[in-house]
Amino acid sequence: MSDLTRLTAAELADKIQKKDVSAVEVAQAHLDRIAAVDKTVNAFLYVDTERALSAARAVDEDVAAGREPASPLAGVPLALKDVFVMEGAPTTCGSKILEGWSPPYDATVTRKLLEAGVVILGKTNMDEFAMGSSTENSAFGPSRNPWDLDRIPGGSGGGSSASLAAFEAPLAIGTDTGGSIRQPGSVTGTVGVKPTYGGVSRYGLVAFSSSLDQGGPCARTVLDAALLHEVIGGHDPLDSTSIDAPVPPVVAAARDGARGDLSGMRIGIVTEFQGDGYQAGVTAAFVQAVETLKGLGAEVVEVSCPHFDYALPAYYLIAPSEASSNLARFDAMRYGLRTGDDSANSAEQVMALTREAGFGAEVKRRIMIGTYALSSGYYDAYYGQAQKVRTLITQDFEKAFESVDVLISPTTPTTAFRIGERADDPMAMYLADLCTIPANLAGTPAMSVPAGLSDEDGLPVGLQVMAPALAEPRMYKVAAAFEAARDAASGGALIHRVPELEA
Amino acid sequence: MTAATVLDYDEVIERFDPVLGLEVHVELNTHTKMFCGCPTTFGAEPNTQVCPTCLGLPGSLPVVNRVAVESAMRIGLALNCEIAPWCRFARKNYFYPDMPKNFQTSQYDEPIAFNGSLDVTLEDGTVVTVAIERAHMEEDTGKSLHVGGATGRIHGADHSLLDYNRAGVPLIEIVTKPIEGMGERAPEVARAYVSTLRDLLRALDVSDVRMDQGSLRCDANVSLMSKGATEFGTRTETKNVNSLRSVERAVRYEMTRQAAILVEGGSILQETRHFQEATGTTSAGRRKETSEDYRYFPEPDLVPIAPPAEWVEQLRATLPEMPSERRKRIQADWQLTDLELRDLVNAGAVDLVAATVDAGASPAEARAWWVSYLSQEANSRGLELAALPITPPQVARVSALVAEGKLTNKLAREVIDGVLAGEGEPDEVVEKRGLAVVSDDSALYAAIDEALAAQPDVADKIRGGKVAAAGAIVGAVMKTTKGQADAKRVRELILERCT
Repeated sequence: MSDLTRLTAAELADKIQKKDVSAVEVAQAHLDRIAAVDKTVNAFLYVDTERALSAARAVDEDVAAGREPASPLAGVPLALKDVFVMEGAPTTCGSKILEGWSPPYDATVTRKLLEAGVVILGKTNMDEFAMGSSTENSAFGPSRNPWDLDRIPGGSGGGSSASLAAFEAPLAIGTDTGGSIRQPGSVTGTVGVKPTYGGVSRYGLVAFSSSLDQGGPCARTVLDAALLHEVIGGHDPLDSTSIDAPVPPVVAAARDGARGDLSGMRIGIVTEFQGDGYQAGVTAAFVQAVETLKGLGAEVVEVSCPHFDYALPAYYLIAPSEASSNLARFDAMRYGLRTGDDSANSAEQVMALTREAGFGAEVKRRIMIGTYALSSGYYDAYYGQAQKVRTLITQDFEKAFESVDVLISPTTPTTAFRIGERADDPMAMYLADLCTIPANLAGTPAMSVPAGLSDEDGLPVGLQVMAPALAEPRMYKVAAAFEAARDAASGGALIHRVPELEA
Repeated sequence: MTAATVLDYDEVIERFDPVLGLEVHVELNTHTKMFCGCPTTFGAEPNTQVCPTCLGLPGSLPVVNRVAVESAMRIGLALNCEIAPWCRFARKNYFYPDMPKNFQTSQYDEPIAFNGSLDVTLEDGTVVTVAIERAHMEEDTGKSLHVGGATGRIHGADHSLLDYNRAGVPLIEIVTKPIEGMGERAPEVARAYVSTLRDLLRALDVSDVRMDQGSLRCDANVSLMSKGATEFGTRTETKNVNSLRSVERAVRYEMTRQAAILVEGGSILQETRHFQEATGTTSAGRRKETSEDYRYFPEPDLVPIAPPAEWVEQLRATLPEMPSERRKRIQADWQLTDLELRDLVNAGAVDLVAATVDAGASPAEARAWWVSYLSQEANSRGLELAALPITPPQVARVSALVAEGKLTNKLAREVIDGVLAGEGEPDEVVEKRGLAVVSDDSALYAAIDEALAAQPDVADKIRGGKVAAAGAIVGAVMKTTKGQADAKRVRELILERCT
């Protein structure tokens, strides 16, 4: 493995600007790594060697000409979740129904990355339409966790998290509807951030649940995530729900946090997210993390958020309801798969046959749940009630943030489970997002940072840090301080303990 | 079945009270669509005015057109509605190939304008106040063209072509409250309501209001209840009726059709129906027995619209003179009797006459052309007056040519006919058809001399002082000049010749 793939995004960008290494060499090193290990990891659905190298060459030309870099990440490779469109690059969202579709336009996130000189290596695997916590729902086979290839890399953004842990890319983009950035980050020992709802444009993000979906950065360090956050964030007139405010100064906050002083910071442990159902090693790592935070000068207290217990059921009404409508457009009439078009079938029959053949079981399950929840006569009892729970959860957050600066919890109750272990048990699968869902329902920012390895299985555990809307800097500061202290205590970044993959 | 399909209209009225509910869809004349920047020009090449958003491509998002919101509020204000201080869009979910997202972004229980009214004047001058339930914003669908099959409908077609140029064009749907107690005048009220609404929308300049192009479409809900009953009967909805006359006919037909079923003890199916222009009848469309479940929910891709009071008041200040006020002013300015005004209004000629006057014609001349001559022409062609292929400036030009003595009234009618036949501008028609008045005196002298020579006895009478006898010579001259002479001038010249 080339040393270049071991570096952080910040280090790579720096070396490229200093001409220690060319962007093309960096891109090529990652493309080589993908060629070597991705047959095993299956993180990528599509690799665009030509465009990646051409983007890297453009950065090298800028450097050679002495031009200012397009961004602090110019020349750094990135893996893009296959839920964002990129003109001319196949976008499948992990579904057969979109196989062969080549989008005619760029997502705002894609455009910002390209304008920043970020080198997009390709599109990463995911649970179909971002529905799942393991990538097992991908129509193109599961991605594997580099920590243990028999285990899941989390989901839905398991391709992105696996690509980071496999050193195929130093940066990745994910989307988080109920935890799809944070839970994969947690189980792969990487950093994943869900920004405040509206902080990163959804234009060109294929919608699962519009009021919950949020794109965000994935990286191996908190600083790298912050650098990427500032590249992709900001107001977008093409997204009506985008926040019309500058991106919060998260890079400065991450650098500030890395100095290791959290004195004056009040941190709340969510009472409801501990105890039964939490793997012992996860609890132990979390308790250790709390001690570390105290050691950094933070004051840690317990805070109850009583309605968080209802977050999961509310989520499984709201998200499927919106999904049932968002996914209605996949009907074979304009793009993607078309089944049964033999002139004997009516348009309606072709629609039905295509959706039958094109959607996987979990997607169908959620479309049915959502269709039912929105039906006349059931709307108030299901969708309406769930929206009330959502308000109560938002109020729980508001109340909690009156007394603490950030909230913390384990990111997910267990370490990475085995591929196949929960595939036939939707409820067990859904529980993986137990701790991450409240932030989606409230629209508040939250992130996962590696906390350590679980004693019983040696697999990564994530620490979730949650902050009030638009208060990302606080969250980044705590995460960066924790990261620095944790790395110092164990003699280096956790990610370098990932086993060598056989090339 | 032996029963008659329709009941005699007088009997319908004797036994039943009709209840109407009118839903009018208005395509706004904004330059761009409701949720994206695509142009809205009518009649462009199929699928050339589309983008990821109006095609509903994966990942695309809507952004509300501010001008469309303003138009919606202005319509609401002109209809005396309350403007919602806070409202949202909702998704109406159903599958149809001409709807790219398989949901229509519309408004459901939170319309932007509600609780209004519109005063409608009937042909005899009676004023009916129609209560408005709501006016809400939504997007239009694309268009399907079903190829093969006899009916042009999807049933039986070989294949269908889809044009998404119209998908996402802003629509305002204006819904009345139930219109009751109109009795035999119900069809007339329906027509007058749509006509008044059309004038209002035109005055607001928010839509082309072309029923023939679909920029104004009316769905007529009709039900009957037995005399003395207190509950409404089952209604049918006749969709997309595309002319004022058809609105009236469709309502009337539905009344007679439903009555025939009811008197036989049958019951009305709740369904959508289609109006057939050719036969003046309606036929069953989609059955609404199971009332489709649209699974409405608030559109999560858009933020609520909360117009500040100042914005609403600014828009209120932009409201033009309302058609009813304008009519009063016109009646005074042009000194019209009530009857003359009513004829003008009923002919749908107010705007046309006003525009013709603006182009230089006298009100009397302009009125004469539009209300009598051109109205007959429109009737015989089965067109709305405004749809005739002639413009107010063209009529004004013809009128000017008459005033200048270059055309007689008879010739003027020929020029108008020429313009209607597509022969060009009035002056071109005069040129091509050689219709100018013969104003060359020498040509007239020659014709007069010829006529006098041909009728020496008449010539003698005139010379003897019998001026009235000149008529015969005038007639002869007019014949020679094929009517293209000014009779008054010919008479003058004859008398001059004979003295």
